[in-house]
Amino acid sequence: MLPALEITDLTVAYHDRPVLWDVDVRAPAGVLMAIVGPNGAGKTTLIKAALGLVRPAAGQTLIFGRPYAEQRRLVAYVPQRGSVDWDFPTTVLDVVMMGRYGNLGWFRRPGARERALALAALEQVRMAEFAHRQISQLSGGQQQRVFLARALVQDAQIYIMDEPFQGVDAVTERAIVALLRDLRTRGRTVVVVHHDLQTVPEYFDWVTLINVRRIASGPVREVFTEANLRATYGGRIAFPGPVSADRLSEAQEQTLSTATD
Amino acid sequence: MSPELEVQLIAVIVAAACALPGVFLVLRRMAMLSDAISHTVLLGIVLAYFVSGALGSPLLFVGAVAMGVITVALVELVGGSGLVREDAAIGIVFPALFSIAVILISRYAGNVHLDLDSVLLGELIFAPFDRVTLLGLDVPRALLIGAVSLAINLALIGLFYKELKLTSFDPGLAAALGFAPTLVNYGLMTMVSVTAVGAFDAVGSILVIALLVAPPAAAYLLTDRLPVMLLLSVLIGAASTIAGYWTAYWLDVSVGGAMASMTGVAFGLSLLFAPGRGLVAGAARRARQRWEFAQQMLALHLLNHEGAAEASEECSLRHLSSDLRWRADFAEEVVRRAERGGLVRRAGPVLTLTERGRQAAQEASLR
Amino acid sequence: MGGLEDPLSPGQFGSDPFGKGMEPLTALFTDYTLRTVALGAALLGVVSGVLGCFAVLRRQALLGDAMSHAALPGIALAFWLTGQRHPLVLLIGATVAAWLAALLILGITRASRVKEDSALAMTLAVFFGFGLVLLSALQKHPDAAQAGLKTFLFGQAAALVEEDLLVMALLGVPALLCVVLLWKQFKLLSFDPEYAASLGMPTAFLSVLLTSLMVLAIATGLQTVGVVLMSAMLVAPAAAARQWTNRLSAMVLLAAGFGAGAGVVGAVISATARGVSTGPAVVLCLTAITLVSLLLAPQRGLLWSVWRRRQLIAPME
Repeated sequence: MLPALEITDLTVAYHDRPVLWDVDVRAPAGVLMAIVGPNGAGKTTLIKAALGLVRPAAGQTLIFGRPYAEQRRLVAYVPQRGSVDWDFPTTVLDVVMMGRYGNLGWFRRPGARERALALAALEQVRMAEFAHRQISQLSGGQQQRVFLARALVQDAQIYIMDEPFQGVDAVTERAIVALLRDLRTRGRTVVVVHHDLQTVPEYFDWVTLINVRRIASGPVREVFTEANLRATYGGRIAFPGPVSADRLSEAQEQTLSTATD
Repeated sequence: MSPELEVQLIAVIVAAACALPGVFLVLRRMAMLSDAISHTVLLGIVLAYFVSGALGSPLLFVGAVAMGVITVALVELVGGSGLVREDAAIGIVFPALFSIAVILISRYAGNVHLDLDSVLLGELIFAPFDRVTLLGLDVPRALLIGAVSLAINLALIGLFYKELKLTSFDPGLAAALGFAPTLVNYGLMTMVSVTAVGAFDAVGSILVIALLVAPPAAAYLLTDRLPVMLLLSVLIGAASTIAGYWTAYWLDVSVGGAMASMTGVAFGLSLLFAPGRGLVAGAARRARQRWEFAQQMLALHLLNHEGAAEASEECSLRHLSSDLRWRADFAEEVVRRAERGGLVRRAGPVLTLTERGRQAAQEASLR
Repeated sequence: MGGLEDPLSPGQFGSDPFGKGMEPLTALFTDYTLRTVALGAALLGVVSGVLGCFAVLRRQALLGDAMSHAALPGIALAFWLTGQRHPLVLLIGATVAAWLAALLILGITRASRVKEDSALAMTLAVFFGFGLVLLSALQKHPDAAQAGLKTFLFGQAAALVEEDLLVMALLGVPALLCVVLLWKQFKLLSFDPEYAASLGMPTAFLSVLLTSLMVLAIATGLQTVGVVLMSAMLVAPAAAARQWTNRLSAMVLLAAGFGAGAGVVGAVISATARGVSTGPAVVLCLTAITLVSLLLAPQRGLLWSVWRRRQLIAPME
């Protein structure tokens, strides 16, 4: 079967300084994949280049075997929460409806159908009662869920998310995880730039480790090994072994967060 | 001294006086405040005129400077409310103050010689005719004012160099170390106001903006060191005004306008030709590094796919153009160069890394 | 710069433009000059109010100021090249120059480490200075003075004639139509440009288009309020409108309303009060509206938040 997402030989340079060197990533359909690596490893650049938001020096992105530009409709993007001005004069429902803009053509306005889809998506992220709230009145976690709902209404095959767990509350984190699993059971593919190594085995089944170069990519139990993590993070990591997140002690979390910063 | 020489001397001194505080405006990303200040000081002049009743009164100077500082305070007040952003605050505050000034002049000072466009545009050519006697020396008033504001700026920057530097680069640290960033900020803004008021009598408020911002911006592309940037700004400002003067002289056009244009030319030259950071240097570097970079990419690509099952497929010349998205002739040229450099070997369509190539790839990947 | 009617000279409508006993409000419908001026100012208010909203939301509040100053060399060149001072010719010149300035500002910030504020201030002053050079060269032209630097600086709403209104409408109405048609694109572009690009929207094109529409608004404003005050026409209605609503559509409509209202009231004030020209009058009306909005708008207004804080503290005491 064709992989849902295939990035081949991707090289990106900013002012001649390579940010990504010849990276290959392949995500089979229906997996939840985490992209992890230290700060400055090029995680965000990787997905931005894959989405055509950054011009690569070489390489390409295939979606189900065809170039991304032809398959754009199959991909939904969830940018980092901090990338927009949350004081923008608009409501939650309005933001979610933006997810339908790509399907509306040049001059059509969103109508009743788009509204219904947006409300359903908000229901899915448990934000329905906030539909008519101004977006500046949301907490960080709520903002994140609005962004997820916006991607959901795109009804895509592949969801690419940039740090959705960054700075969200526990409720939101659980809601996102539930959502990811729901997407997987519906056969969708999800690629998530992720910061917290600890939760990788619990939340994801595939993982890609990068640090400018791709270190490893594959099923979590095969490639999420101490050796690969050391190769990714250098000597700066205290690998606690395969423990589930809820058993993780505070101290270990501290070590990890300093290591990944 | 001939009037021509005096005009140039005034221009150079004013340019130097402007460039010094301008450096800090540019570094602090507050350049647009110079636009606001240079417009609103008009209101200060008008109000001070109403109080003093005389155009020659030193109160006008004080009023203008005070209004410059008040402008900054108002912008910070409106921007600090969190309801509008700082740039929008500038866009609201200065037209409002300027409007009040325009209405006051046309309503109550219509008969007095408080000419709006001479304030905005200045008339440098006439500066030598407005003279004062100081210590028995007969000098143009503009020269005296320019020299005084230059001296003040030099003294203040000399005295508070450390504070200015630290608050410009790291206001948080400055505050933590006990420097008062707000105080330094208002000090700087007072300096900008004094300079602007002193200068625009001679050169007009729009040229003041050019002299405050363009030379420091040009210098910013030439150096990373603050003292060098200060010196270069002064030199660039002075050179621009001289070049502007002679351009205006030969073409018989507006002197202030020509000087402002020349500061633009100076910045343009710096943008194009600055060593290292200039556009030309950048383009040359990219052209030089293009092949080197492409060869590194090739080596890394081969290294990544070495030994894999699909190696012979991935490492063929044909693959380079399809998967790396390289044009066929470009790929061919890169391979030829890499072969010549001993990085790769070619066996039929299949490319393999040499030991040297493997080393180069590993080095590249560590960058 | 001689030979110009001084826009600042007192009593531009004559000492009593409406005849004895006529109220300014009735004059609005009967007096030709006042009607034209009010209509022009209102039209400008609507166009700049609408486009100003997008400028403010896209953090380009001061781009308008830079572009309006930068229009001067374009006007001078247009006059020089064609020898005409038909408003449309001059406006085309202004538009081209302002547009080039915007492009240059973008280019400088993209290609070098010079920050946006420096690029704005520099482009503003250098273009304006170059405009002065061109104008002074034109002065040697026989009928050059008519290019009218003062008009450009401070506007000359009182001199508006029907032909000017026609030109303003010719530029303004298509600009507004564009905003209506491409509403959802402009909205998403202003809120989240990267996401817009991921949906396949041509964000670079849309961004250039939106900036170009802003240039049109500026070009229509130059003759009415002039260069210096143009930035307030773009920024103030948007900033005021933002305080009253949390919806973009309402904000844009309100800004248009504020702009139009201030335009008409400013024109009437200017016609009745001695020595008050239209541009400053309109801008001061807008400032008043903005001030009231910042202080009193429900929810966001400063006085309300002070009051709310009091309410919170009171029970504790």
